[in-house]
Amino acid sequence: MEFFIISMLNGLSYGLLLFMLSSGLTLIFSMMGVLNFAHASFYMAGAYFGYTISKWVGFWPALFVAPVLVGACGAVFERMTLRKVHKFGHVPELLVTFGLSYIVLELVQLIWGRTAVEFPPPEVLRDSAFTLINHSVQGLSVVWGSAPADLCSNADASVRVVCSPFPATRGFMMLVALLMLMSLWLLLTRTRIGLVIQAALTHPEMAESLGHNVPRVFMLVFGAGTGLAGLAGVIGGSTFVTEPAMSATVGSVIFVVVVVGGMGSLSGAFLASILIGVIQTFAVAFDYSFITLCAQLGLSLSDAARENSFVKLTLSQVAPILPYLFLVLILIFRPKGLLGTREG
Amino acid sequence: MTCALELKDLHKSFGKTEIIRGVNLAVQSGERIAIIGPNGAGKSTLFNLISGRFGPTSGDIVLNGQSIAHKKPYEINRMGLSRSFQITNIFPKLSVFENLRCAVLWSLGYKYTFLKFLSGLRDANDQAEKFLQMIKLDKKRDVVAMNLTYAEQRALEIGITIAGGSDVILLDEPTAGMSKSETSRFISLIKAVTEGKTLLTVEHDMGVVFGLADKIAVIVYGEVIAFDAPEAVRANPKVQEAYLGTSTADAPAGEH
Amino acid sequence: MTYYKFKPYNVGRVVIWSLFAILLLVVPLVFTSQLSATMLAQMGIAIIACLSYNMLLGQGGMLSFGHAVYTGLGSYMAIHALNMVAAGNLHIPVSLVPLVGGLAGMGFAILLGYVTTRKSGTPFAMITMGIAELVFAMSLMFSEFFGGEAGVSGNRVAGDSFWGITYGPQIQIYYLISIYTFICVALMYAFTQTPLGRILNAVRDNPERVEFIGYNTQRVRYFSFIIAGFFAGIAGGLSALNFEIVTAEVVGAGRSGAYLLFTFLGGATFFFGPILGAILMVIAFVLLSEFTKAWLLYLGLLFLFMVMYAPGGFASLLMMNLRVAAFGKLRQIWVSYLGLIVTALVILMGAGAMIEMVYHLQLNDSLGDTLKFTGVTLDAKSIDSWVGSLLVMVTGLGLFEVMRRHYLHEWGEIQTGIENEIKRREAA
Repeated sequence: MEFFIISMLNGLSYGLLLFMLSSGLTLIFSMMGVLNFAHASFYMAGAYFGYTISKWVGFWPALFVAPVLVGACGAVFERMTLRKVHKFGHVPELLVTFGLSYIVLELVQLIWGRTAVEFPPPEVLRDSAFTLINHSVQGLSVVWGSAPADLCSNADASVRVVCSPFPATRGFMMLVALLMLMSLWLLLTRTRIGLVIQAALTHPEMAESLGHNVPRVFMLVFGAGTGLAGLAGVIGGSTFVTEPAMSATVGSVIFVVVVVGGMGSLSGAFLASILIGVIQTFAVAFDYSFITLCAQLGLSLSDAARENSFVKLTLSQVAPILPYLFLVLILIFRPKGLLGTREG
Repeated sequence: MTCALELKDLHKSFGKTEIIRGVNLAVQSGERIAIIGPNGAGKSTLFNLISGRFGPTSGDIVLNGQSIAHKKPYEINRMGLSRSFQITNIFPKLSVFENLRCAVLWSLGYKYTFLKFLSGLRDANDQAEKFLQMIKLDKKRDVVAMNLTYAEQRALEIGITIAGGSDVILLDEPTAGMSKSETSRFISLIKAVTEGKTLLTVEHDMGVVFGLADKIAVIVYGEVIAFDAPEAVRANPKVQEAYLGTSTADAPAGEH
Repeated sequence: MTYYKFKPYNVGRVVIWSLFAILLLVVPLVFTSQLSATMLAQMGIAIIACLSYNMLLGQGGMLSFGHAVYTGLGSYMAIHALNMVAAGNLHIPVSLVPLVGGLAGMGFAILLGYVTTRKSGTPFAMITMGIAELVFAMSLMFSEFFGGEAGVSGNRVAGDSFWGITYGPQIQIYYLISIYTFICVALMYAFTQTPLGRILNAVRDNPERVEFIGYNTQRVRYFSFIIAGFFAGIAGGLSALNFEIVTAEVVGAGRSGAYLLFTFLGGATFFFGPILGAILMVIAFVLLSEFTKAWLLYLGLLFLFMVMYAPGGFASLLMMNLRVAAFGKLRQIWVSYLGLIVTALVILMGAGAMIEMVYHLQLNDSLGDTLKFTGVTLDAKSIDSWVGSLLVMVTGLGLFEVMRRHYLHEWGEIQTGIENEIKRREAA
């Protein structure tokens, strides 16, 4: 039971992190038609900026400064490069961001090296947010923070105690993501600029012909989108690991999220992020394979069948490809995505 | 005279907005029909419905006896209907000749073959040459299409439309954006290349309409309010009330 | 921007193909070192791979981020076939093993291409990316087929030798590759002259209009995708023979990215552009990476500039200047080019010095603070070296900007001159 709760929370936190990233991507795509191939690179930049800034002035200032810095870089990039290729069409725009992803990766490796760097979360987040204690006699209970050692060890052999901690960093990730989600929602629905963005999300040409300074709005949106990625980077980098490979690991998943959710749909991105986050987290935890399934159903397999690597595959081994399987299935059965409206 | 194209109680809504509200039209084979109406009346939507860009909400479209209501554009084209576009829709990076040759390939049965060389397809090359002459772009045979002038591109647009040999031709504002002299030259071209074919054309220029069409269909708010010979339409009070557009030199003076 | 077309005369066509064949035959006799032999073999393979990629990109307007899937799976099938030949289970000559790769590439393209070509443009790109990740992730799961971490190795000296050719020596495998290269290049060129090839171009230019001339756009893309997959598989099969080992990176994102990068750099709008790109790719991977660790950074920057200022790649730059030369105006502008090149080199000097110093600081602490850069000794820890390099770079940037404006002015004049000349000839 506690396993389910903790895994669910872990899955949700991962999904919310994915949403922080894919929301920026969706906003940029919806408004500008540009698929920012370098979005995960901005995520990585956020982590590394956060790392360096936190070494100078601590984690909390870094949490605010790093995303702003990343957003500024994004805005500058939009102004200097993307704007110039806008007139060539969507493919050159995609290629430009593709080139940028190489450049950012190499610059990061140049400045900070090719191995992982230690980006620890702040003191207050290093512990567990809470711990679930499953006592075989007393049942399930919650303890804030870490459970003291004596509560977790077996008093005597007849009692079984399992302590499942939930890391504070994960909790913080969920908090920031939810705050961000809420402020994004408020921005889009309650402010003037939000209305313009909403309009441009579905009818970009119309918004332009209504006289809004669309190039400037583009720059702002691109900067905001990449800034969000940077924020996700600070949190992701301190919770997980900060290394050059981080952009590649998360990069392809967010593209899957965007396609599965429906290109141009924020709510679709939300749904897809949560779905993929939760399913992948659960899948990693399960060691069930086809063999165990057959055993449960009472079917016996021959020795040769047992040795087949396809059959031997456990769910945890398959976990990494689940998002891509989703992608292919969605494309076959529902090409518009779960909640998509635009064809892309 | 057989009925080449028939629209039966055609309805089309986009979300809650109904654009086409029950259109009934029967076009006989070989007729030249002009479709006129104020902006937003649904003329382009009608063309899009007929050519298969999207399907009707209800009702039917019958081409030479077969229903084409929800068919794909290429299926409809293969059944003998071809259309041109209001915004020039050519193949910009191919030469004029290549544009025309592409347009004839399917009708000659070449389909998706990659085992024959284009230069060896005598019938395709001859046909393309023929249409090249017809649209008077033979001097620009090898010019890349995006380097043509606007009027030349419009001519190529028509060329691509008729090159497939379709019997039913839909021309969407073919003279859009042309000067008076260019327009009159273009109209003679259209008359020549659509000889013997069924023609539907959307037009705003009344001079064109009265000079070209056998019958005029007037569409206002998604409905056909008149479908008759030009003189009868001109005299129709409903039409006069709704829309008659710009008068031309050969229209009687004092027309509003 | 006008779109250029430079059509060689037909006699020229025979000459060009013959020259190409002779070049392929003769080049290993000119460059005889072991390094050259490996590089030439790789170039032949890369040419086929990049041309097959350009069937999608340049000819069909389909931006794929996962072409390595088809070359890579072709490699895997080929190496398994090779091992079966060695074990006596498969009786085909080693020379035909790449065809197994080709058939594999085609088979996977039939399977995966159906779902891939349902969309176009950006969604298409994303689907190719997703499928590439899927296949790469699977390669780490199914170790029977993919060989796990170590990959699958084979020995191309297998089966019966054929007129004394065992494919042991590198030169023999080079000639096999060159034969395949010539045939594949010829076939892919021939494709561009067929109805499907031309309609594919039409789909690239205006996919909607194609539907209205009777063609099912998706079918056109799907069939072309399959043909491209076939040639990709052949490249993969040749690669398996050449390296005698296939590891998971052959289906990786890095390789797909390299195909895209270099095909684009070479030039997607001309048939021979990817050939240029393929040659550059091998030179970059084999030689440039030895020169400097920052080579991918330079490449990324070059790519970025190409997309912004020369989207037709090196091929288009070449052709534009050939056109200028054909009108006799090259003389006017070569000084500008010289100036541009010199100032660009100055920028490179300054920037390169700084980049190398950063790398030095990071990696070679044990080797002390100084390093040699193009003959100049730099002290990575001294402020002088840094300021000096920065000054060099900034000066270079300034001078480059001056030269660039001059160049653009000259170029504009030349283009107007050429256009006037063309109009004059047309009217005459």
